[in-house]
Amino acid sequence: MSGDNSRFLSVDALRLVAERSGHAVVNDVSFDVKRGEFLAIVGESGSGKTMAARAILGLLPPGIRNTGGRITMDGTDLLALAPEALRALRGAKIGMVFQEPMVSLNPAMRIGAQMAEGLKLHTELDDAQIRERVLAMLARVQIRDPQRCIDAWPHEFSGGMRQRIMLASVMLLKPALLIADEPTTALDTLTQGEVLDLMTELAREQGTAVLLITHNLGLVARYAQRVVVLRQGERVEIGETAQVLRAPAHPYTRQLVDALPRRAPTVARAGTPVPLIEARQLSVAFPTKARGWFGRGGSHTAVDAVDLTVHAGETVAVVGGSGSGKTTLGRAMLRLLPASGGEVRFQGQSVATGGAALHRFRLACQLVFQDPYSSLNPRQRIGEAVREPLRLVPGMSAAQMQARVAEVLDEVGLSGFGRRLPHELSGGQRQRVAIARAIVRRPAFVVADEPVSALDMSIQAQVLALFQSLQKTHGFACLFISHDLAAVEQIADRVVVMEAGRIVEQGSRDDVFDRPQHAYTRALLAAAPVL
Amino acid sequence: MFGYIARRVLMTLPTLLLVAVTVFVLMRLIPGDPVLLMLGDSADAGQIAEAHQQLGLDKTLPLQFAHWLGRVLQGDFGHSISNGQAVLPLILERFQVSASIVLVAVLIAALIAVPAGLIAAWKQDKPLDVAIVGGATLLLSVPSFWLGLLLLLAFGMKLGWLPVVGYVPLTEDFHQGLLYIVLPIVTLALIETGVLTRMSRASAIEVLRLEYVTHARAKGAPESRVLLRHVLPNAFAPTLTLIGLVLGHLLGGIAVLETVFTLPGLGRLLVDAIFARDYPVVQGVLLFTALIYVLINLLVDLCYPLFDPRVAAQ
Amino acid sequence: MKKIRANALIGGTLIAIVLLVALIAAVWTPYDPLGIDLMSKLKSPSAAHWLGTDEFGRDVLSRAMAGAAASGSIALFTVVGAVLLGTVVGVLAGFVRGWTDRVLMAVNDALLAFPGILLALAVMVIIGASRVGLVLALTLAYAPSVVRVVRGTVLSLREKEYVEASRMIGNPEWVTMARHVLPNCIAPVAVLSTSMFGWVLLSESALSFLGLGVAPPAPTWGNMLSGARSYLETAMWLGLAPGLCIALTLLGINLAGDALRDRLDPRMQ
Repeated sequence: MSGDNSRFLSVDALRLVAERSGHAVVNDVSFDVKRGEFLAIVGESGSGKTMAARAILGLLPPGIRNTGGRITMDGTDLLALAPEALRALRGAKIGMVFQEPMVSLNPAMRIGAQMAEGLKLHTELDDAQIRERVLAMLARVQIRDPQRCIDAWPHEFSGGMRQRIMLASVMLLKPALLIADEPTTALDTLTQGEVLDLMTELAREQGTAVLLITHNLGLVARYAQRVVVLRQGERVEIGETAQVLRAPAHPYTRQLVDALPRRAPTVARAGTPVPLIEARQLSVAFPTKARGWFGRGGSHTAVDAVDLTVHAGETVAVVGGSGSGKTTLGRAMLRLLPASGGEVRFQGQSVATGGAALHRFRLACQLVFQDPYSSLNPRQRIGEAVREPLRLVPGMSAAQMQARVAEVLDEVGLSGFGRRLPHELSGGQRQRVAIARAIVRRPAFVVADEPVSALDMSIQAQVLALFQSLQKTHGFACLFISHDLAAVEQIADRVVVMEAGRIVEQGSRDDVFDRPQHAYTRALLAAAPVL
Repeated sequence: MFGYIARRVLMTLPTLLLVAVTVFVLMRLIPGDPVLLMLGDSADAGQIAEAHQQLGLDKTLPLQFAHWLGRVLQGDFGHSISNGQAVLPLILERFQVSASIVLVAVLIAALIAVPAGLIAAWKQDKPLDVAIVGGATLLLSVPSFWLGLLLLLAFGMKLGWLPVVGYVPLTEDFHQGLLYIVLPIVTLALIETGVLTRMSRASAIEVLRLEYVTHARAKGAPESRVLLRHVLPNAFAPTLTLIGLVLGHLLGGIAVLETVFTLPGLGRLLVDAIFARDYPVVQGVLLFTALIYVLINLLVDLCYPLFDPRVAAQ
Repeated sequence: MKKIRANALIGGTLIAIVLLVALIAAVWTPYDPLGIDLMSKLKSPSAAHWLGTDEFGRDVLSRAMAGAAASGSIALFTVVGAVLLGTVVGVLAGFVRGWTDRVLMAVNDALLAFPGILLALAVMVIIGASRVGLVLALTLAYAPSVVRVVRGTVLSLREKEYVEASRMIGNPEWVTMARHVLPNCIAPVAVLSTSMFGWVLLSESALSFLGLGVAPPAPTWGNMLSGARSYLETAMWLGLAPGLCIALTLLGINLAGDALRDRLDPRMQ
């Protein structure tokens, strides 16, 4: 390490305050970034990590003010700079990549124009030279056909590709520091890995320091040299990644590390040879729009002749990237979507026909949704939401329903919440309500569709633990759909891997994780950030 | 792109057909003998018989509609009972008056409103924004006919700067003509500025929240570039839609201003025709106005891809 | 928050005043709004007649109050009618979909192809001039906007997970609609209703101004302004009073509507 590796960026006692409430969003936070190093800032929602990063660029949203501290880069105090000087730094010295690829590119401007903008603002290059560099960079980030890309519009590209374009656009200016604010949170596991690997490569090539903001400790473990842990606006720990994760000094850090899902030994189940739910050659196809006036609409096969069996009491995990068909499979198995082929059998009987068989099936199966913010009716009180499924159980009196609701709310740790409305609850609490609603009828089979993806890490751990304990108590079978292999590792008995509508591998959890057979499985495992 | 244009144009055809049906149905719902309604009370037996045949009242309703539609498509909107003029040319003549006022007024309003809304959004919640929003809300709360009367009182009667009644087409005498239409244009422009400013501000606020705006700033772009190159094109589309709606709405509401300023416009034609029970004219104006409204919305839709490329891809 | 409170305060106050005046006018006005007294015609505002008298000696204040009651009741009935009609049709179209939806939307689009006032005019020609006719005509002219908003809301709500959850539980479709979809349509409809009240008021005033709405001698702000035209220079108060009433009422509605919209905006919570 040469002597030049001095603190290149230094944040000292930074203090940011929300004007309306006077609450300190960032309180006396200090850290530094060395030239060319990869530093991660880790924290959950409300930790202030995004605001701290934005303060470096002077891009605080209206309503947040800087009330103290200094941010020095190469000796210059960034907080004291005049707007002109700060603007000269932005993009040229410090680049920033954002979280939501779907809104980070201007939809009304062609890709080429947007990428050229930075160069036009900060360099003296002419159009031809700029075009050359843009094309070269696009090729570097593995965009096929850079020529066409330059004239295309953002909406023509997927989320992962937009993030790459974003990255290319920012790195074109060869900044000394790259701030990446949750750049891959909105992407699926495989794409996450690709984008981050690319980012790390580019940064190393250009000697750019990287400041990664994330809530995902797995990513930190994989990519960051040093890590800063923030909680509620305060710094609780800082140090070399390996050290911090192996032996965390602060209890909160320890909590975060413990929250990472762990593999527990498989519970040997008393084998029930009769399968509970069986999908036989199940296919689901969606009609696609007809092209033009005279073309016939095609169809897109989301699930292709899948055979899947779930036995009573077991947890089967279905994993795959976006577009693999796992969500569609879950819904088709519950008969929420019409199947275009094959059948679903419940307790040995087909549920293709409606009527009594379907009704019984409905009573015995439930679904836990992914998004805690839209799975509850905003106008329905929690107690009522949990009670609603009971109204369809024949022969249950009002008193019995009341008792069951209270019991279930207690089981999920929300006793006394009956009168509250959804917006009064946090994401984790809402998800517990969703789980309560799912198990209130003591179902035999529950499909959980990415139930913890939208939650903070420590909350994820709590909800997963709750799920597991409920399963142990009530013994329902579960189909756990996820793109997050880590959560699956903790909770699953069997694992099924899907790609493009087909099952490419299935087996016991240990088999799939330790001895993956299919290339796709291996890719997923390789991309999953683990400790 | 051409696919989009073609699709949009084709989609208007059913709407146009339905509009024609609606007008036809509405007119037939008027109580009374359709022939007498069309010819007036002073028609003689011969004319009535001829009209009976022409209107095909002995045939089925759909066939009557077909005949009627056929004539309409050839430009035959019938004849005015009051003065015997052919309806369509009369409408076109009056339309020029109304359209010139409406178009100029809305143009002026848009030229003021779009930048005003943008600036208000940029300085959201600061005094300038509050002033702009307050002003806009005040303007749009004022009824156009009242504002017109007040301005007429002030500039026409009290100050004597501008004429109080009458109209001269610009083509005949530009200077004189201008004097006659200044007040109605100013009245309309003031009110529509209020309407458009609020929408322009609201959509600019939405866009300013979006990440690509922050990204542009993160690149080091000066605020002027951020506003003009990144915010404005994306924020303009809803305002454009509103302009289309406003133009259409004014086609109906212009009657009040034409009354206040005694202008020989389309609105006044309709109102006079209603009073005079001149049903061919009423029918013609209804049909014509709806047609223009549909065309305006079509134009707005066709302009949309200029501001939002995602639309054409669908 | 300050902004919402200011809007709500001013807007609410204005509306409350108008409402109060309208209610009072239903039972009492200082003078008989139709009471002709040719001895006191065209008197400027004084202690006896706060807003002066018109060309027939009628007290302008009383007429303005009666006008508030008249215009207010017409607008109220229209908005209620349009909301009811529009919600039923919109929910039907949005929830049932298929051919029902297509037919209803075709008719709705045809009606929307006519600028509001025009359609009202056309209907008035058919039904004839009367208060009931006016309400019917205006209802028909503005219901299509409600249909569009309600249908749009229903369409987006159908995709929400809690609607899917309701089906998942086994609720029949109509229960899902009544318990989960309808209550969440209230917010956008409420916002639209406030704006609509303003539009209807303005339309009725315009129609009355043109002589095609409420006919004199019954006063409404619109026809009072029409009568004031001949006396614009000589008796300014005749022109100022009714117009000011309309403007202040509309201002109140707009401000209150803004406050309501901001309050219901999920981002502000």
